[in-house]
Amino acid sequence: MNSYFSSTLFRKTLAALSGLFLVIFLIGHLIGNLQLILLSGEAAQKQFNEYALFMTTNPAVKILSIVTYTSIILHILLTIILVLQSKQARPIGYAVEGGGENSAWASRNMALLGSLLLVFIILHMKSFWYEMHWGAIGNDPSGNKDLYTVTVVAFQNIWYTAFYVFSMIILGFHLSHGIGSGFQTIGLKTRKYLEPIEKTAILFSILIPSAFASIPIILYLQSL
Amino acid sequence: MADLNLTLKIWRQDGPTEPGGFKTYDISDLNTHMSFLEMLDVLNENLVNSGDEPVAFDHDCREGICGMCSMVINGRPHGPLEGTTTCQLHMRHFNDGDTVTIEPWRAKPFPVLKDLIVDRTPFDRIIQAGGFVSVNTGSAPDGNAIPIGKDISDDAFDAAACIGCGACVAACKNASANLFTAAKISQLALLPQGQTERVERVIGMVKQMDEEGFGHCTNTGACEAECPKEISVDYIRKMNWEFHSANVKG
Repeated sequence: MNSYFSSTLFRKTLAALSGLFLVIFLIGHLIGNLQLILLSGEAAQKQFNEYALFMTTNPAVKILSIVTYTSIILHILLTIILVLQSKQARPIGYAVEGGGENSAWASRNMALLGSLLLVFIILHMKSFWYEMHWGAIGNDPSGNKDLYTVTVVAFQNIWYTAFYVFSMIILGFHLSHGIGSGFQTIGLKTRKYLEPIEKTAILFSILIPSAFASIPIILYLQSL
Repeated sequence: MADLNLTLKIWRQDGPTEPGGFKTYDISDLNTHMSFLEMLDVLNENLVNSGDEPVAFDHDCREGICGMCSMVINGRPHGPLEGTTTCQLHMRHFNDGDTVTIEPWRAKPFPVLKDLIVDRTPFDRIIQAGGFVSVNTGSAPDGNAIPIGKDISDDAFDAAACIGCGACVAACKNASANLFTAAKISQLALLPQGQTERVERVIGMVKQMDEEGFGHCTNTGACEAECPKEISVDYIRKMNWEFHSANVKG
């Protein structure tokens, strides 16, 4: 059993499961974010701040958030271990690299894409998650912490908005390989479901980041 | 039949512990109907005639079924054609004046023995770790005594087409041996004859694969794209299932 937990196959399955859970998290996160633009003005402020309060206090959400943090940490640690292991497996590289002709670019650069996403996640959590929990942010007219204004102000900055949009493009590439790869690893991408899973994965990898990116773009345009 | 002139950049290394490097050779007036290995034969004849050491490369059947002719040609294991071993690659697929870079398989478990020859015994040890298959000895069994569905026997046969050449490892950016190991595991796991030792087989082979120091699989699909027998990565998916269920069942 010990060799089971230390095997590359077990580790990559955990990396796949944590990654796929994070895709589900993204969908939930996106639905929450859409409240920033579906309403406007004070109605949006009230709605979004109530939602933010719910997300930081509801016990069920708290349990889910612990699963999310665990997934992120697990996904990072496991993939770092696996990448280091694989680097050792080829100490001398090729003079001519033929990867471009037999595999997709994103599939060969998941570690780079993931590292860029980690930088984004850290800055993103500092801007909003940290501020909501421990930051000195003001209250809205209803007396709730005013995360809405923090968000709207953040995206008045073109560079912050551009960084967010760039990170969503990175996310799109990461998902374009990650979702299909996850299903392959956990064994669901059978020959019968190969095509629907691959098509859905590509559709998700375009739709989720585009929808995420549209929000700061709209907030920035509204601020002009 | 136009004649062909090429510049070859070939990895030369005297032994496993010796440092290696590329040497450049010009070769001219090649017949385009030659196989890639025959082109190397011509080069070696020239080298021998001029008193130089010929290039060491693995080869055996020269009809695409033994898996010996391992070399990476311009970054592609067995060269640019799909579903082809080096011996079945012909010089008509190259253009006059091309520079062709030839390297050995690159993986820590496959150390270079000399020039383009690598040691692939880790594959033998993975096979050995799978143990034996229980069969009745004695006279040859009657054909079709054990009924097996056509779809299952086709699937097992597709896995069994693996010639153990190592192109999957050479192509994989992680130098992973997942496709090879998965093909060998699936071939027996699919058939009734492979059921008795099914659990020990997958656990033993995956353990050995990891111990040999191959990298992990990140599903880039490069192995399937470069496999001369076009083995599907679906067998890797099957191996994952097989491995988890074997460990859970114990």
